[in-house]
Amino acid sequence: MKLIFERSRSGLRCATIRPLEAPVFTLEQKYLRSELALPEVAEVDLVRHYTELSHNAFGVDSGFYPLGSCTMKYNPKLNEEVAAFDGFTHTHPLQEKETVQGNLHLMNDLASSLMELTGMDGMTLQPCAGAHGEFTGLLLIAAYHESRRDSKRTKILVPDTAHGTNPASAAMAGFEVVNIKSNEEKGVDLDDLRSKVGKDTAALMLTNPSTLGLFEKNIEEISKIVHDAGGLLYYDGANLNAIMGIVRPGDMGFDVVHLNLHKTFSTPHGGGGPGSGPVGCKAPLVKFLPFPSVVVDKKGRYEFTHGKENKDSIGKVSAFYGNFGVMVKALAYIKTLGSDGIKESAEHAVLNANYMKAKLQDIYPTESHRYCMHEFVIDLQKLKSETGVSAKDVAKAMIDRGMHPPTMYFPHIPGVIDEALMIEPTETENKETLDKAIEVLRELYETAHTDPKYLLDTPHNTPIGRPDEVAAARNPIVKYDL
Amino acid sequence: MSNYLSIIDKERKEMLDAIGVAKCSNLYADIPVSLRNKQFKLESGKSQQQVYDEMKDYASENVVFDTVMRGAGAYDHYIPSVVKNLSSRSEFLTAYTPYQAEMSQGILQSIFEFQSMICSLTGMEVANASVYDGSSAAAEAAFMCVEKERRTILVPENVKPQTIEVLRTYLRRRNITIKVLTEKDGFIKNGKVCSDAIKDAINAEAACLYFEQPNYYGLIEDAEFLCEAAHSAGTKVIMGCNPMTLALLKSPGECGADIAVGDAQPFGLSLSFGGPYLGFMATHVTKDTMRRMPGRIVGQTVDGKGNRCFVLTLQGREQHIRREKALSNICSNQAHCALVASMYLSAMGKEGLKEVATACTSLAHYAAAKFTEGKATLKYDNTLGVEFFHEFVTVTPTKADKIVDKCAKMGILAGLPIGSNEILWCMTEKVRVSEIDKVAEIMRRA
Repeated sequence: MKLIFERSRSGLRCATIRPLEAPVFTLEQKYLRSELALPEVAEVDLVRHYTELSHNAFGVDSGFYPLGSCTMKYNPKLNEEVAAFDGFTHTHPLQEKETVQGNLHLMNDLASSLMELTGMDGMTLQPCAGAHGEFTGLLLIAAYHESRRDSKRTKILVPDTAHGTNPASAAMAGFEVVNIKSNEEKGVDLDDLRSKVGKDTAALMLTNPSTLGLFEKNIEEISKIVHDAGGLLYYDGANLNAIMGIVRPGDMGFDVVHLNLHKTFSTPHGGGGPGSGPVGCKAPLVKFLPFPSVVVDKKGRYEFTHGKENKDSIGKVSAFYGNFGVMVKALAYIKTLGSDGIKESAEHAVLNANYMKAKLQDIYPTESHRYCMHEFVIDLQKLKSETGVSAKDVAKAMIDRGMHPPTMYFPHIPGVIDEALMIEPTETENKETLDKAIEVLRELYETAHTDPKYLLDTPHNTPIGRPDEVAAARNPIVKYDL
Repeated sequence: MSNYLSIIDKERKEMLDAIGVAKCSNLYADIPVSLRNKQFKLESGKSQQQVYDEMKDYASENVVFDTVMRGAGAYDHYIPSVVKNLSSRSEFLTAYTPYQAEMSQGILQSIFEFQSMICSLTGMEVANASVYDGSSAAAEAAFMCVEKERRTILVPENVKPQTIEVLRTYLRRRNITIKVLTEKDGFIKNGKVCSDAIKDAINAEAACLYFEQPNYYGLIEDAEFLCEAAHSAGTKVIMGCNPMTLALLKSPGECGADIAVGDAQPFGLSLSFGGPYLGFMATHVTKDTMRRMPGRIVGQTVDGKGNRCFVLTLQGREQHIRREKALSNICSNQAHCALVASMYLSAMGKEGLKEVATACTSLAHYAAAKFTEGKATLKYDNTLGVEFFHEFVTVTPTKADKIVDKCAKMGILAGLPIGSNEILWCMTEKVRVSEIDKVAEIMRRA
């Protein structure tokens, strides 16, 4: 494919603005740049260019996307249309509050719904992504301990199966990270937890269901161990889709929660954002939430907190209020599904995952004696040692069959899970799609034994073969020289 | 009532049978019963049509102004139809981060093009795939500059207030000091950062100086002098830019800045009540700058047959590999916003972008002259040797709120009151001269 710069021809114009209605003002020469290089294309060239790029992209609308931990469910069109209403898109973030009552009302309703779904007492919508939410949540935890003059709580406990963002966020929030081992059932090893929790524990970060798609059965005991030691419990909401409307983090003992509106609440991932990562918390932490929050006065008018109301806040994490456009879509989703639909969606996410697991586990080893939640992990270590075909080879071969591969090599517990494929079908896929994926994975297992060489350089039907990633990193070319 | 499932009873039965359970809820056996199904208050599901109506109701509770003369970090520019149309293609919208390069070349290439355009505008050599917004970009850039012995960030108080707020939040638990350089202490003169005073503030503990171009009051800073002053003591410079102004103004690279950051919302993204916006970061390539850059970076490489292709690269910097040793936790960012910005820049092109920027500064200078024909004055004007781009501050005998009210009655969102009698105005190419003249009439009597 040509780059847009390679389509550029000097003198071509696409979009144009109205002729200047005022005299031209020329800034002093000393402020001005010498030259500006940008593409020059006609509108038809631009359209053909991006249409070609779109044909070389794959979204949920294109096909099956069982990317574990990412909850690639269908993104409803209604949500896109309502979020594009002029009444939302054409409001300035610094408009007087009387003129943005609808936006504040909407933010208040969304926050309330999310509080109900998570069992929390307060909620901020300001974080722009899951990792941003983690950072925010950990700052709340730090502020809580600081306010109690409990300054020795410098450590965050993180299970070895956690997403990389957990330890990275903890470090960004100024904490040390202590890893907790997994037990034989791939849950938190309680003995290891007991030996590491103490007066220096600020919190335990937990993803439940875990990144292996398993519900942490000992959650009540874990909550007791951490709280008895004076620590708090942090809920990574990456996997809330499995249990929304069924069980709430607040009822499990969690004190702080982050959600991913772009996973659980159906807003599109956009090729890597914009997302939205609201953070909820229990009552003792509410006063630390980022400012401003939306409040309702006695006359039912909405406004932002200001002045004294914000004195304990950790501060702002975004320039304004977060990714408002994403919030609109999430609220439309919650309203459409409602309490009943949300529960039904969670159940079908779990049904779809268990169905695929049941149909694959005779050849692809997994945690077979328990029901999984919305996703499951197969380990291809045995296949690799028998045939030389790796998790990556199987994943790439799926591309040839018109589906997006699962998440590869995560979780990774050296010596325990080394060749992981994490499969999350989501609730919006139908049985026919699941059956097709099962058939493909079973065929690939056969091929691995009969013709392993064929799989080693898959995919074969894509515009490009496997890219040389080593060369890319060794000699980085990160821009086109205009 | 509505749902987005695709299943009929017969299929559900077949699937449950294959698993060996009677009903879906049996799959939740691992969840302690005592914790399950607590009451929560959420309405029942509604039809799509009802939801459409309800969402319309929220939107209609807002006032939509035909004319926006307010900026202060969010800018109302014309968005070409072709940008709106192309960016809504669902292959872009419904894709995840492009982990699988073989089926994601379209997205990877669009990010590579975005990086290239940001480099061109900023005069830098490497840009990342985006961060959340301009303020978090400033904070991430500060992390890049901090060294063991240098842990102070210098920030003049004439940057956007929201940038200082976010910097404080990001840095406060990292043993990094923010020193705000105030007007009271002589660091700001006539609204601009004073490079002579900066020289005095800089010492061996100062990791970097962060300033904005144009600054909060819309004034153009003497960027080259500030960079020179900072560098004389080994202090790095982060320049926070409104990228629209870079169509005309000297690039951060030309000025000598080490890192350029900012919010590219002006490039095709609607005001949208403050988000999603688009933080960008760009820097020079030195031994370690590229490895200290947070976020996704797309690089060019080849496949086995020598075809040019693109991949996420230098992933050794990132959280999923380095975990707690990563420089940042960022993963998802604002990829779709970056796509919109690239489309916008390609649609406007070299000449178009210059025309937009010229219209902004020309209309702003026209408005500034008109608004000060009566008792209103410019807080910082040319007699003080300062120049503004497309934002400026007026001082009026009348209270700012009153002026805002009067404008609102005419369907105009006035500038932002930043003092009881001071208003920060912004003009973009969308503002008509006839509207400026209407406001001038209000200002004449203010």
